[in-house]
Amino acid sequence: MLKYIFKRIIMMIPVMLGVTFITFSMMYFSPGETADYILGELATEEDKALFNEQNGLNRPFIVQYVSYVADAVTGDFGISYATRQPVMKEIMSAFPTTMKLSLWAEVFAIVIGVTLGVVSAVKQYSFLDNATRMFAMIGVSLPSFWEGLMLIILFSVVLGWLPPSGLSSWKHWILPAFTLSTWGLAACMRMTRSSMLEAIREDYVRTARAKGQSEIVVIMKHAFRNAVLPIITVAGTDFAKLLGGAAVIETVFSINGIGKLIVDGINTKNAPLVQGGILFVAIAMSLINLMIDIIYAFVDPRIRSQYVSGKKTKAPKKEKVS
Amino acid sequence: MSENILEIKDLYVQYSAGKDTVRAVNGITLSLEKGESLGLVGETGAGKTTTALSIMGLIPNPPGKITGGEILYRGENLREKSEKEMRKIRGHEISMIFQDPMTALNPMLTVGDQIAEVIRLHQNVTKAEAFQRAKEMMEVVGIEGGRANEYPHQFSGGMKQRIVIAIALACNPSLLIADEPTTALDVTIQAQVLELIEQLKRKYDTSLLLITHDLGVVAEVCNKVAIIYAGEIVEYGTLAHIYKNPSHPYTIGLFGSIPNLNETVTRLKPIPGLMPDPTKLPEGCAFAERCGEACEKCMKGAVPYIEIEPGHMVRCTKFAGKEN
Amino acid sequence: MAAIKNKKQAVNASSNEVAVGGHGQAKEIIGRFMRNKAAVFGLVIVAFLLIAAMFPQLFTKYDPIAQDLRARFLPPSSEHLFGTDEYGRDIFSRVIYGCRTSMEIGLVTVAISCVVGVVIGAVAGFYSGVTDNVLMRFIDILMAIPNTLLGISIVAALGSTIPNLIIALSIGSIAGYARVTRVSVLSTKGTEYVEAAYSTGASDARIIFKYILPNCLAPIIVQATMSIATTIMSATGLSFLGLGVPPPTPEWGSMASSARAYIRDYWWLVTFPGLAIMTAAFSFNLFGDGLRDALDPKLKT
Repeated sequence: MLKYIFKRIIMMIPVMLGVTFITFSMMYFSPGETADYILGELATEEDKALFNEQNGLNRPFIVQYVSYVADAVTGDFGISYATRQPVMKEIMSAFPTTMKLSLWAEVFAIVIGVTLGVVSAVKQYSFLDNATRMFAMIGVSLPSFWEGLMLIILFSVVLGWLPPSGLSSWKHWILPAFTLSTWGLAACMRMTRSSMLEAIREDYVRTARAKGQSEIVVIMKHAFRNAVLPIITVAGTDFAKLLGGAAVIETVFSINGIGKLIVDGINTKNAPLVQGGILFVAIAMSLINLMIDIIYAFVDPRIRSQYVSGKKTKAPKKEKVS
Repeated sequence: MSENILEIKDLYVQYSAGKDTVRAVNGITLSLEKGESLGLVGETGAGKTTTALSIMGLIPNPPGKITGGEILYRGENLREKSEKEMRKIRGHEISMIFQDPMTALNPMLTVGDQIAEVIRLHQNVTKAEAFQRAKEMMEVVGIEGGRANEYPHQFSGGMKQRIVIAIALACNPSLLIADEPTTALDVTIQAQVLELIEQLKRKYDTSLLLITHDLGVVAEVCNKVAIIYAGEIVEYGTLAHIYKNPSHPYTIGLFGSIPNLNETVTRLKPIPGLMPDPTKLPEGCAFAERCGEACEKCMKGAVPYIEIEPGHMVRCTKFAGKEN
Repeated sequence: MAAIKNKKQAVNASSNEVAVGGHGQAKEIIGRFMRNKAAVFGLVIVAFLLIAAMFPQLFTKYDPIAQDLRARFLPPSSEHLFGTDEYGRDIFSRVIYGCRTSMEIGLVTVAISCVVGVVIGAVAGFYSGVTDNVLMRFIDILMAIPNTLLGISIVAALGSTIPNLIIALSIGSIAGYARVTRVSVLSTKGTEYVEAAYSTGASDARIIFKYILPNCLAPIIVQATMSIATTIMSATGLSFLGLGVPPPTPEWGSMASSARAYIRDYWWLVTFPGLAIMTAAFSFNLFGDGLRDALDPKLKT
């Protein structure tokens, strides 16, 4: 298992190199002089030359890229042009907010989504099932920024129950976390429903019923356990997506998370911040995907035995045909 | 006379799919005495598994529904039992072995847990005791008890079927329903598994309802035989009745389509045609279209069910008026 | 576009060769689709949106970009169905014209990313080995960058115009097609009729396009339909962040974005463009869902 994890992390390296190359060249070739943005309109040519000199911006592209990667490996993502702070420090102050927001959203999505999905599958074609499916379909079709704005109109402007922006109390978290969770909730519900429907029809569920097991245990112990793998995948990819996709929600609710940090960085041509931010999110996403695969192995004995078979003393036995 | 452990009277089961209604079982009547083995023989789709699931109370509803008849177990009508009462009977009084051992076990649970589950449900034992009993059951079916902590994918098909048998027999049921228990297995394993079922049946004094399409298997294990066609029993009798004196044209046809080493037959005689569409069963005899001896009488009206010798019943117009 | 059409014809022709009774199969698929009321409902709205995109002038008499400063912030009325915005422009008219922008972006993006992704996926799946590895690592890189951020940075690098937005969104959705295609090519590659095609000495390209791809069509078509919905949503999202369609072009996302400043007092400015996005995404999702169930009843849940 450790060997596998190690191998996966090694495999991340070329992918991350690719990510840095793409973000780096995009920021490099984007129109406009960095110095103009940072130093303002009044800066003289000498000031700009000095700025470029200091930041190494007059070196050839490939030299800049290589030195960027060399620094990034040590955790040095450079200095943010806007604040003169290390990019890593800025990311570290913004990332926990995004992480916390995404975690709340994901917990909400899984709890509600899986519950509705199971009920929907067990009561297939009932009124509840049809209603849940319709809601899920609307859920995946809602643009999150608009949903956020509509919720602000309803709960902040009209009802005055919840604050529209900022994060100073627990009340502030409700609207953004709920908005962020909608898509994942719908996706989770749809996946739970379809994989439960499949599991319920399996022969081993019939075996469990034939043992005289009660329906609720049949559903939860036998069917749900088998339906859980694809649900983990959907929840995991959704969570990874939340980290990257929070940019829009953070903008709507004026939350200083990593998404808003990157968007602001793009608007001010703050290349080190954008490159570092995207690389950081990409690494976080890859680690989450790796975690999903590890969880898989813990949940499914068939996959687990693939990983541990090397170390296992007792190999699977074949029946002796005699 | 020994008592009947199971009696099915005039059982009807339907599945509805959209506008179509599949008439899977159409008035089956059977009885099984204590300690007996009854073979229920028929083609795929004849209603064998549906009959078995009706006894277990496991007809998936919707789309399936028992529309008529009685299922008497030890004289009590199972159709009148509540779901809670049925749960006490399933796995405890009546057990079932399923056709495909590959899919009948839960891939996420150890085999020991799966055997222990049924023991815990029906016997007042602790978790540890149940697991210990599960290991003993594994030994009984010929698998090392030490492998109780392994998962189904670590076993071969024949081994899995042994575990399914262990689950079915763990609570010492009075009635065992085996639904094509050997069809999915290699020929070499088939004999072993059949022998195991036979042997355990005798050991625990269990009555057996063996569902199969294989007349050879029936000859080995059963003492009574029922031939089922399109949801009806067309012939019923002792092993000797059916094998020495097959009387229904369908039964005769079945024997004609098996190679027989004792006779020199130049070619097998398959039964022409296919079973009728169960959504559009014909009036009269369901077999008439494929029957070489069919006449006008067969095409309409109910077909009489006639006792041609004591205990040997045939559903065919050609015996009308020749009652024993 | 012509290339796609040609390919489609080739594909249709060959699927008749491969699938036994291709015609009856199509009939059956249409039959299954028509029985699904939700899917038909989705299709009807999709058709309506396409008509609105092609002939917006049929639905409204107002010019979507004509400003009328005396008519600012008028609430919905019979004169202005959805009210007017901060420049006195008729919101209904802007929503209808915005349909064209969104459909254009959605359809063109899907066409581009579908073709590129399918080719990458087919080649990777067909040749396996080094080719597969290199191509799929490239796809991994695309997948490693969150779509929103990838879109944002591409648009930022290239500039905020509709073609650049389409490029950004296309790059973001190539990976999905490549993966879906690769998997189905891998499973089709070993089948007997492909072996048979080899034995007749068909070229690789012929085998891929005539024998393998037609049998991988169902998941690709479903992916394409569904991704029109996600593309429309992503495009409006980027516009909302100010990185998409430049003003004054009527576009749902940028309408919602500029309306944000007025949500305290004028709810209709933000409500209607958002409803339009939702309706469009919803109808394509319903349509795609129904299509999946019709094309592959095994997947039906």
